[in-house]
Amino acid sequence: MSNALARWWDSDVAYSFRSSPTAIVAALVGLVCVFCAVFAPWVAPHNPLDLTTLELSDARLPPFWMEGGSSKYWLGTDDQGRDILSALMYGARISLVVGLASVLLSVLVGVGLGLIAGFRGGWVDGFLMRVCDVMLSFPAILIALLVAGVARAKFPDAGTSVAFGVLIIAIALTGWVQYARTVRGSTMVERGKEYVQAARVTGVAPWRIMLKHVLPNVMGPVMVLATIQVATAIITEATLSFLGVGVPPTSPSLGTLIRVGNDYLFSGEWWITIFPGVMLVLIALSVNLLGDWLRDALNPRLR
Amino acid sequence: MGAFILRRLLQAIVVMVSVGFIAFLLFQYVGDPVLILLGQDATPDQIRQLRADLGLDQPFFVQFWHFLLNAVQGEFGLSLRQGAKVSRLLGERFPATFELALVAAALALLIGIPMGVYAALRRGSFLSQVFMTVSLLGVSLPTFLIGILLILIFSVWLGWLPSFGRGETVRIGWWSSGLFTLDGWLHMILPALTLAIFQLTLIMRLVRAEMLEVLRTDYIKFARARGLTDRAIHFGHALKNTLVPVMTITGLQLGGLIAFAIITETVFQWPGMGLLFIQAVTFADVPVMAAYLCLIALIFVVINLVVDLLYVVVDPRLRVAKAAGH
Repeated sequence: MSNALARWWDSDVAYSFRSSPTAIVAALVGLVCVFCAVFAPWVAPHNPLDLTTLELSDARLPPFWMEGGSSKYWLGTDDQGRDILSALMYGARISLVVGLASVLLSVLVGVGLGLIAGFRGGWVDGFLMRVCDVMLSFPAILIALLVAGVARAKFPDAGTSVAFGVLIIAIALTGWVQYARTVRGSTMVERGKEYVQAARVTGVAPWRIMLKHVLPNVMGPVMVLATIQVATAIITEATLSFLGVGVPPTSPSLGTLIRVGNDYLFSGEWWITIFPGVMLVLIALSVNLLGDWLRDALNPRLR
Repeated sequence: MGAFILRRLLQAIVVMVSVGFIAFLLFQYVGDPVLILLGQDATPDQIRQLRADLGLDQPFFVQFWHFLLNAVQGEFGLSLRQGAKVSRLLGERFPATFELALVAAALALLIGIPMGVYAALRRGSFLSQVFMTVSLLGVSLPTFLIGILLILIFSVWLGWLPSFGRGETVRIGWWSSGLFTLDGWLHMILPALTLAIFQLTLIMRLVRAEMLEVLRTDYIKFARARGLTDRAIHFGHALKNTLVPVMTITGLQLGGLIAFAIITETVFQWPGMGLLFIQAVTFADVPVMAAYLCLIALIFVVINLVVDLLYVVVDPRLRVAKAAGH
């Protein structure tokens, strides 16, 4: 085990990580955010979802360094006396879950369809690529909004789990095209290589060649893309929630918190909306920077 | 050349018909118009009568054909929520969105190109580094957050600019314009800036990258050897050659501007099509959603087509390649 660890420490990727201050800072910030989100029930000073602990007399308190602020609530409270710091930890949790789940779904769909299109070619490939072209000519946010809108019309009184499912599908629908195109391209290259032909000659079933032989060789770019897409997915989720078609208000994500806080901007309570915003930007920026670093580290030509 | 245009036109028509099909499916399977029109306690006879009147008893593809015919004439029926004609609702809102997108595009070009040129010519200078860092932030900040920040700083804290609505407008025929009053321009600044920032950073990075590329080419070296002034080299030779890809991207992004206006319009309560669409989504107003989808698709397809054609006109190399290919 320690041997494997030492080998990893000496590897190119680990070296490029150690020598990139941006990557280290981004990883640290990202880790802190993810830690707070995952362990929110244990780390957060209050439970924002427990309505019985809220006290209206504590509503709209500013952060502790401002006049009138209390050390009980570091980043202040919202209109119902909810601790902002705890609310944004719980909110980041929901943002991360939705973001990761939708990226996972779009990777599954995109990689699967891309493999089939690249491996089979012919009309399957042609049809799939036309669909991709049409999808790509529309902004992602529009597609997501449309899916959310249709789901709203179709299931007017859906429960929380349905709302989450719809949201994840809507975001995943906007992302799969990129994976499909990338994987299709590299699959077409791999298809002509000797190891695939050797596998074919020895009578390995096509689906087995796709999954066992081709798939591991086309996953590199997918990993880089997926990292960056996590940031995009989290921002899309926040945008949808901000527009009021995202997660149900009973389980607020960062976008929902920003939307709620936006109403109090003019009465001077800027902290209700700005702190969730800062959290969102920190997560998105650190994931983006890590993705950029990973792309450079995995691509030897850029060195 | 003729074959190229024809192929692009055909592609555009295929895209429009498939978008129309999606919109048609929306009408077919989301919410039954008969029940909505008649209410829950209608008799079976009434329902049958209305189905026949609306043409809903006809075969699927006949209905689709009628839908397409109506859509081409801009006819999408009545809004479920407001009861008014969808085409009229969209027509009322279109000028607001169009003016916003236009001003945002102009802002992005007028600020983005000089910033990009500067960052390329004075590479490594302090100001260039600031530009690059700010542009990274511009890409990472979600649009709605930029809007909220601008409102907080310029409306709430400084009190300089209004933060919602279009202000005073002037009517020219059916077009209501905010571009002819001071109040309209004041209301325009913050939303246009919000909408422009993403495109601005994109254009800046693009101009910088292209400019650096061009400055390395032989004809620039030759121009220097001829003893031309820096000014003539940078702006006469280099900038001119960087602008072709910039024009293409900007053209393609104009459609994106109109779509992203959904978010900006929500933040600033700008009475455009985007706000109408968001309200339609929240209230499941299918006709408005379908009409907006078709309209946006049309705008995208037309812009793509025009940009493709312009590209051939502007870049002589493409024409040569086409001619050599035949």
